[in-house]
Amino acid sequence: MALNRKLLGRQPIGIAFVTPYAVFLAGIFAYPIGIAVYMSFHDWFFAAPGAKVDRPFVGLDNYVAVFTDPAILRSFLNIAIFLVINVPLTVVLSLGLASALNAAIPLRTFFRVSFYVPYVTASVAVVGVWLFLFNSNGLVNSVLGPLAPDPTWLVNSTLAMPVVAVFVTWKQLGFFILLYLAALQNVPNELYESAAVDGASRWRSFWTVTVPGVRPATTLVVLLATITGANLFTEPYLLTGGGGPDGASASPVLVMYQRGIEQGQAGLAAAIGIVLVIGTLLISLVNRRLLERD
Amino acid sequence: MRRKVHPLRLLALLAGALVFLFPFYYMLIGSLQTEPDTTPAGALPNPGNLTARNYGDINSRLDLGTTLVNSGIFTGGVLLGTVVFGVLAGYAMARLHFRGKALLFNLMLLVQVIPFQLLTIPLYVLIVRTYGLADSYLGMILPFAINSAAVFIFRQYFLQLPRELFEAAQIDGASELTILFRVALPLVKPALLTAVLLTFIGPWNEFLWPFLITKRADMQPLAVALANYMSNVAARAANPYGALLAGACVLAAPVIVLFVVFQRRFVASNLGSSVKG
Repeated sequence: MALNRKLLGRQPIGIAFVTPYAVFLAGIFAYPIGIAVYMSFHDWFFAAPGAKVDRPFVGLDNYVAVFTDPAILRSFLNIAIFLVINVPLTVVLSLGLASALNAAIPLRTFFRVSFYVPYVTASVAVVGVWLFLFNSNGLVNSVLGPLAPDPTWLVNSTLAMPVVAVFVTWKQLGFFILLYLAALQNVPNELYESAAVDGASRWRSFWTVTVPGVRPATTLVVLLATITGANLFTEPYLLTGGGGPDGASASPVLVMYQRGIEQGQAGLAAAIGIVLVIGTLLISLVNRRLLERD
Repeated sequence: MRRKVHPLRLLALLAGALVFLFPFYYMLIGSLQTEPDTTPAGALPNPGNLTARNYGDINSRLDLGTTLVNSGIFTGGVLLGTVVFGVLAGYAMARLHFRGKALLFNLMLLVQVIPFQLLTIPLYVLIVRTYGLADSYLGMILPFAINSAAVFIFRQYFLQLPRELFEAAQIDGASELTILFRVALPLVKPALLTAVLLTFIGPWNEFLWPFLITKRADMQPLAVALANYMSNVAARAANPYGALLAGACVLAAPVIVLFVVFQRRFVASNLGSSVKG
């Protein structure tokens, strides 16, 4: 009995409770990472089921390709474009709207709900209406008239990625508003009071009390935006017709799909995945450091 | 002590609400137009240009009934897995002491940082090639079967329950399973609902995974069928946008209704805790 306790812990029944979840994590997360690492070091391609094929070890070839293939590099650059547009927009708009919402105001519930409706709705559904809004004869261009860009938004190589970034910002903003609302509850009221005693204006107390007070939420925005960027698929696939024009809005996951599933270079696609996993891990590590410093 | 609301504050909120809601309103109007009218005037309902035909159109192309059932089974399976196994795991991680608890907890946090999409290729190899689960509900559900964010929410709620409650039940000789179902679970019903809502939007809205593993049209969830329609067929239909937007409305409606009805359960605090780690 005593030995059991030492080996299994005080309440071994807990192990039984978590077993399904642990098996799930191992099977759907740990094991696939292992497979991905294996695939990424081999010339792995899809063959007919049951066929015995030779998939030779190729060392770092796939990784070299990830960092030299122009289309893959372009998809990494696209994440950078995405972040440059998405992060500042998200921080400014969601902090602004959350602060505006953080008071006894009329219609508060209506505002809160309307802000997160895009977040909970399927990308596929809202992409449909954005296509309707932003196609060459869409409402946006008919309002802009002669100011409409040419070529139009989604087929314009300069504008396609920014439109995707704005779309995602719009879609996710409700989530970040809720996040900032929670962060605002944690800013102690005394700080506002003492700022008021010091004669600070509303604007000044926003900058000196609110902004530093919600910094953990702001660092989280950067982390989550990076994850979203690394993750994009539906938007470039549907909104810009497969990452077009000419890969100008392709995301890494889209390139992974094209190379791995459509063209059968699964080893290369797995290597893209591993590079991205390492990238997101590094960023979340940096994020955690920044949070701990506070 | 109610301070007067600054008009600028209200103005900003109204502008925000307009930007968030207009596309949804436009989705509905667009789905009801006989001819797509993209002039600014077309954004207002025009009795001469209204029809329900687009809904019939999209139904004849996608079979809304079948695709909705597929979405429902996919989502239901994920919810079932999350509620049953997620509650067990969340409870154990909050209340029980056993070997491997810290490791599992860290793994749970890690999974939430690494997007599932990055493992698409090995999962595809595993589930479609090794297990032959293409075009099956099980294959669709497996990668999502237990939502880690929900497990985290369950854990947080179980942690907040007073310790004395559990000690009393233990002294009475109740087994852990009895304590979980008779004592703890009834007290965390709100968390259950929040987690179910959060979990619901994942599979219902998911596109990439079911898109990859379903080739048969009669196995596709609505999101996948609609996306395929969008990228292949739409260009050739008479009023492509009308039918497309009608499908979009059908896909969006259940989630929007759920989140409006249960809006109280979807608040900042439980959301924040699920991602802050």
